[in-house]
Amino acid sequence: MKILVCISNVPDTTTKITFTNDNTQFNTAGVQFIVNPYDEIALSRAIELCEGGKGTVTVINVGESATEPTIRKALAIGADDAVRIDAAPRDAYFTAFQIAEYAKANDFDMILCGRESIDYNGSQVAAMIGEFLDIPSISIIKKLDYDGSTATIEREIEGGKEVVAVSGKFVASCAEGTAEAKIPNMRGIMSARTKPLTVVPASQIEELGKVSKFETPAPRGAVKLIPAESAEELISLLHTEAKVI
Amino acid sequence: MGLEVNMSVLVYVEQADGKFKKSVFEAVSYAKAIADNQNTNLTAISIGNVAESELKELGKYGASKVLNVAADQLKNFVNQAYASVVAEAAQKENANIVVLSNSFSGKGLAPRIAVKLKAGLVDGAVELPNFDGGFSVKKTAFSGKAFAITSLTSANKVIALNPNAFGVKENAADATIESFSPAIKPTDLTAIVKEIVRATNKISLPDAELVVSAGRGLKGPENWGMVEELAELLGAATACSKPVSDADWRPHSEHVGQTGIAISPNLYIAIGISGAIQHLAGVSSSKVIVVINKDPEAPFFKVADYGIVGDAFEVVPKIIAALKAHKG
Repeated sequence: MKILVCISNVPDTTTKITFTNDNTQFNTAGVQFIVNPYDEIALSRAIELCEGGKGTVTVINVGESATEPTIRKALAIGADDAVRIDAAPRDAYFTAFQIAEYAKANDFDMILCGRESIDYNGSQVAAMIGEFLDIPSISIIKKLDYDGSTATIEREIEGGKEVVAVSGKFVASCAEGTAEAKIPNMRGIMSARTKPLTVVPASQIEELGKVSKFETPAPRGAVKLIPAESAEELISLLHTEAKVI
Repeated sequence: MGLEVNMSVLVYVEQADGKFKKSVFEAVSYAKAIADNQNTNLTAISIGNVAESELKELGKYGASKVLNVAADQLKNFVNQAYASVVAEAAQKENANIVVLSNSFSGKGLAPRIAVKLKAGLVDGAVELPNFDGGFSVKKTAFSGKAFAITSLTSANKVIALNPNAFGVKENAADATIESFSPAIKPTDLTAIVKEIVRATNKISLPDAELVVSAGRGLKGPENWGMVEELAELLGAATACSKPVSDADWRPHSEHVGQTGIAISPNLYIAIGISGAIQHLAGVSSSKVIVVINKDPEAPFFKVADYGIVGDAFEVVPKIIAALKAHKG
């Protein structure tokens, strides 16, 4: 079994988000980059499915050379090898196309992504890869079992879950619940340095749109404090002042 | 100058058990506002078994025509097949803008439609497009820490609208219902829905207008009774912070924040949650935030509209009693 896991290089979750160049660019100064947390879940499940010699896990990232520390982190967690498509990840359409092109040329049984990246929150790449490859895609899953030919997948729906069975190749985007994110151990970190990382040139595809500007949320007014002794006043404030109940 | 072609707007209306939710009516209202701007009509497409009376409801929010796909093979959501149907409908209706809800299913569907139509996609849209000198849409980014204004340059466009971002607007049009029989490719139906489990008595978190959330300050899962009672009295959904779902006190589906889900309800009540930056990211677009915490230095108070510094075990019962009195 061969599994391809797509990983995105994103700012650490504690990052304070600011922008430069008249709010057109994300300010990367002093920012730590990490493997997108949802992608770590996807990677961890892929490693579990391949345990005991049942298969191999390849991680793929679309990014410039600056993303290599993030790719090495994924190798340290337990991926067998890595591919970097050498281009700035313009948007989900571009990224999904690159990954689909690579997957076409290299046979994989399944392709796993995180449910979304925590920067652009697109949730787009997995389903776009599925469409480019004309194979099923299941978005926002919380359980994945595989018997060697059929995957049984639970996906999140509003107020519940749906169980889906897929035979043959598929793409899925993983959310919490699919696996516990693995933490690299010392052996993993050492071996990550020598695991193969192949750099592949990007393919051309048209641009359909782009981010023209960023905004930060408007700051809120000062908090109105209600003394704990008269906490019941909250209800009348929410009713008459905030008008939300 | 080329020949003027009359373009239309298409909205995909997601059904659950034959019913449309409020987020669907929001998407229809939103799509109608775009159609009005473009001086064109709005067509809705529904897939699955929905009664005619329910389809007629879509007229109220501005759809002048509803394409009804009732094929039995398509009664369950399979995004690969649904994307083919919506793309075929878009071509048939000459629609260059497709709108849908950014729901769990919508997130799996919109990207496939976009690739089929070679359309730029904005998901997580929070405002109407700006048509001045182009076509740009504001969407959430960095898990609620920012917004990205995305300009689409493609002829076709797909927009997935966040729930609770755009109000429902009544717009008394009378919808004509038209049966639509799309081509169905067997290869689009290889994923098979085996089971759907939906709690019908609970309000789902992404759709909820009111949310009551609690954190580690509650000390243990056995203390969630008052959170659930408050939520039930308000008609609110329950949520929690990451440490709480990590400790299995509450299910992952309740975890809001940067690595959980982002929500924007009208009211978010946070009980015993300190307000780590990752949590704030997921809830900061809530319209009104109430924070109850015994630590006056909790960072959450900085983004709250109303705050109560006190012990949750004393404060929450008082609020519950006041709410019962208020409801009479």
